Amino acid sequence: MNEILKYTLMIVIILFTLTTIAAWLIWLERRMLALWQDRYGPNRAGPFGLFIVVADTIKLFFKEDWIPPFAEKAVFVFAPAIVAAAVLLSFVVVPFAPDILVADLDIGLLFFLAMSSLGVYSIVLGGWASNNKYSLLGALRGASQMISYEVFMGLSLMGVVMLSGSFRLTDIVMAQKDFWFVVTQPVAFVLFLTAGIAETHRLPFDIPEAESELVAGFHSEYSGMKFGMFFIGEYLGIILISAMVVTIFFGGWLGPVLPPVVWFTLKTFVFIIFFILLRASLPRPRYDQLMEYGWKIILPIALLNLLITGGFTLLKN
Amino acid sequence: MEIAFYIAGTVALVATLMVITRHNPVHALLYLNVSLLAHAMLFYLLGASFAALLEIIIYAGAIMVLFIFVVMLLNLGKETAEQERKWLKPKVWMGPTALAAILFAEFLALVLSSGQGAYSPAVVGPRELALSLYHEYLLGVELAAMLLMAAVVGAAHIGRHKKLVLHRFLQEEKEKEEEKHEEAVL
Repeated sequence: MNEILKYTLMIVIILFTLTTIAAWLIWLERRMLALWQDRYGPNRAGPFGLFIVVADTIKLFFKEDWIPPFAEKAVFVFAPAIVAAAVLLSFVVVPFAPDILVADLDIGLLFFLAMSSLGVYSIVLGGWASNNKYSLLGALRGASQMISYEVFMGLSLMGVVMLSGSFRLTDIVMAQKDFWFVVTQPVAFVLFLTAGIAETHRLPFDIPEAESELVAGFHSEYSGMKFGMFFIGEYLGIILISAMVVTIFFGGWLGPVLPPVVWFTLKTFVFIIFFILLRASLPRPRYDQLMEYGWKIILPIALLNLLITGGFTLLKN
Repeated sequence: MEIAFYIAGTVALVATLMVITRHNPVHALLYLNVSLLAHAMLFYLLGASFAALLEIIIYAGAIMVLFIFVVMLLNLGKETAEQERKWLKPKVWMGPTALAAILFAEFLALVLSSGQGAYSPAVVGPRELALSLYHEYLLGVELAAMLLMAAVVGAAHIGRHKKLVLHRFLQEEKEKEEEKHEEAVL
């Protein structure tokens, strides 16, 4: 009974913390973007403009929740929930610290890949159910982009699995006691980060949205809290990818002096800010360029990396 | 855990029935997805966690997305739903139902005579799975890889297209080049 209570409490706390951080990321993103563009950004409501998130949330909740008459109603309502659910489910296996962890699955890494592959449905179904040509175009782009980059994401992680000999995320963290996997697997790190940006469809890879050509892409017809779900799902995705990069390549919670959770949070926030910096600095590639880049450059590099890692592991044994 | 097994099994059955009876192809595909997720759950509860996640990654996460992708591109409207409705008349159902009923009776007899429940888990880790794949069944894996390679080559061949030149200057240039190429070949 005590075990159940402990885990229920942990789930509730993690869920609450994550959604809160995801909401405050809106403020962080706007302030950071403003900083890099030599302006103030939101600085009116509350200290440092922190309360703009509250205002934003209230606005989202009270906007008219409009379902277009030409939309496929059931699927239209259902689609935004998938992205948030899939990302939140992935956090089940993320080890925030040795004892802050919901489930230590022996196939944790695969579980993460599985959940991130389910996130595609949100884009595809949202775009299709909207019954709007721009949404459909966004959905088609999103589907092909996310399916292709999922392949490289999985392949880039297999080198790490070879070195640590396990799919369990706590084992992967513990295998980095001497040095981080970013030292032994630098190529895999770059590939995983690229694939992660494409999976969360953030700039520069936000072609499913591409507001300069497709209105707002797959969520053109969405408003109110349904749009909010897509929005919060995107920020949760950023946190997830940053947390996974930290867990797999940067030693997770490992670090001197400070408690493990603090190390994990610090490292994760470095990558979250890197995500925002990317948005501030890089232009969006064309759709065909993105696909070509994926299949003709990233895939061979990922396979080569796998081959070399395999060879070294064989030699060492 | 046995309760979870039977719940997942029921969900899989109901979802599969819905796949067959839906008129809208996208709705049918979504139910198929639910059915696949339920199957993954069944695999997991039976101890094959690796197979369970592969089921989600490959079937639910990739292949079904491609199915939906194609259905979206075809943009099937109300006529298709009407056609489906015609195909699902009771008369059409009789033959398949009779045959399926015979198989079901056989299946029931088998299960009841063995005296074992459907739920008998045996944990198979990723390591054991990999060892059996790359030792005992190595030939099968290699053959499957070759088959997939053939499919990739075929797809690359179909996808290859000649460069479309619309401007007349470029067209003339291209013709000249082609002539030169032909001469060189001769």
